Amino acid sequence: MKLSDAEQAMLDGGHGRATQKAMELLVRYAEALGAQRFVETTNVAGVPGSTTPFLQQHYGKSGGSYAAIFSHFDLDSDELLDVPQAVTHTCHLQSGYDPQNWKLLGAKPEAFELAQGSEQFIKDRGVEILKTCTPYLVGNVPHFGEHCAWMESSAVVYCNSVLGARTNTEGRESTSAAMLTGRVPDWGFHCDDYRHGSHLIEVDFPVESVMDWGMLGYFIGAAVGERIPVLRGRYAVPDLIRHKHFGAAAASSGGVEMYHLVGVTPEAATEEAAFGARRPVETIHYGVEQRRRVYQDLNSGASDSNVDFVMLGCPHAAIEQLREAARLLESKHISANCNLWIFTSRAVKAEAEQQGLVRMIRAAGGVVLTDTCSAIGQAVPPGTKVVALDSAKQTHYLPAIMGIQAWFGTTSECIDAAVTGRWRGELP
Amino acid sequence: MSDALLTERIITLRGRKVVGGVAEGEAMVTRDTISGWGGVNPMTGVILETRHELRGQSFKDKILVFPGAKGSSGWSVIFHMSRLAGAAPRAMVFNEMTTKVALGAVVMRCPSVTDLDQDPLEVIETGDWVRVDADAGIVQVRKRAAV
Repeated sequence: MKLSDAEQAMLDGGHGRATQKAMELLVRYAEALGAQRFVETTNVAGVPGSTTPFLQQHYGKSGGSYAAIFSHFDLDSDELLDVPQAVTHTCHLQSGYDPQNWKLLGAKPEAFELAQGSEQFIKDRGVEILKTCTPYLVGNVPHFGEHCAWMESSAVVYCNSVLGARTNTEGRESTSAAMLTGRVPDWGFHCDDYRHGSHLIEVDFPVESVMDWGMLGYFIGAAVGERIPVLRGRYAVPDLIRHKHFGAAAASSGGVEMYHLVGVTPEAATEEAAFGARRPVETIHYGVEQRRRVYQDLNSGASDSNVDFVMLGCPHAAIEQLREAARLLESKHISANCNLWIFTSRAVKAEAEQQGLVRMIRAAGGVVLTDTCSAIGQAVPPGTKVVALDSAKQTHYLPAIMGIQAWFGTTSECIDAAVTGRWRGELP
Repeated sequence: MSDALLTERIITLRGRKVVGGVAEGEAMVTRDTISGWGGVNPMTGVILETRHELRGQSFKDKILVFPGAKGSSGWSVIFHMSRLAGAAPRAMVFNEMTTKVALGAVVMRCPSVTDLDQDPLEVIETGDWVRVDADAGIVQVRKRAAV
């Protein structure tokens, strides 16, 4: 690898042991990838210092402290280190516990206290506590071409595709190392050629609603896997909520980290620009039949129309989505047999509180929660058997993780299920 | 295994080191990509993903031969935890390089090889005895049928 003088100094220990260990980890990672050099990153989104009772016990010999967990797990160092301040802008993504509603989520007090302690530990090191899978909704909006080091597949695909910033799907250890060095391997999505399209998707069915964008994403992820789809055809220009649901779905059924919408996304002014020197390896059509099949696939795990749980906010709800939920719940009350949980970020919840939306949702019997979701927190109301969801991503993960049935439909159908306790959704 | 068997029955694949080290063991081969978070129990190494052909089986102490990684950015964390829990594979041989599998192999400290001159999914079958010399980029396969 070719290192700059500044990088060599970090590797030689000129900036302290923790920075040295972070650099050593990044060199091992870059060599594994086959990267030749690093890029400087000015935007890191990870989960530094997050801990669990398992990690605390495992590192008991080092006292199980937050510094021990950061040293041994985040930096994969056998040595216990003093953890310095972040050297580049770093935010913390989602985690396991809502600080206001952790009891409702079924968390044990010890586990919640541990999580609070790790939050303080990284706050003291200059990390921004966003606690959301949607940093781009709450002020972390990288500029075009900015080199980022992001985790969270739904945020990665948004960062590359919608913003034209550049990130690979980083992991916890690489983002924590980037936090202390401002470097990630120059590989993959940091390179121009890697960002060009591989598959052409002809959208023959008109795609407009949030639900339709989610289904299209779910279809495409399964069709292209980890490759880069280029879409053209019958779709209206999506807003950021539609991008959010589309990308999250494509990154769940497959591993899509970037997509191009011809005439919409910033690196796809034309089809030629989206493909660069590549030719599409395949052209895939999305029509009435494909749409019907993806709807059936998403609903294939459900048979009981009695719904006892409705979960919205995957990825975390935008303020417009909380407003929509509050309006749909106006002068209604959710069924005594059903729970409604809506997940968002702390910042969006604060705004929703100012607008009176949290109060409206609470008046109808729903709860607005932050920091986590049912899949990440592995938390559903006790006794839940059947959930209704408006997110293809959550429908992909939650039934497998929690062993429950899941219906997939529109936000409006989900709110209807919360009010009536019955699933009455159908493909429009 | 005896030297006679070694010279007669062994197929050698050559590739690129991902993470150095030498390990040998029984192969566990899949044509399905592997999800980390939500797809594997890190405490046991058991694959959980609903539609995975290896669902219910553990890669603990195996030589894991697979196309590559998919799914959540929590891939490295799950495989990292499998090392702490003593449930990691002994070595990995795979085809498709991604940031997920690269970082996962690094923090698992697991001898790993990719970019092989023959498709390991064609050459290696579950139950074959495999020796991975990742430093040299060499994978040696003793076919199960030959034993």
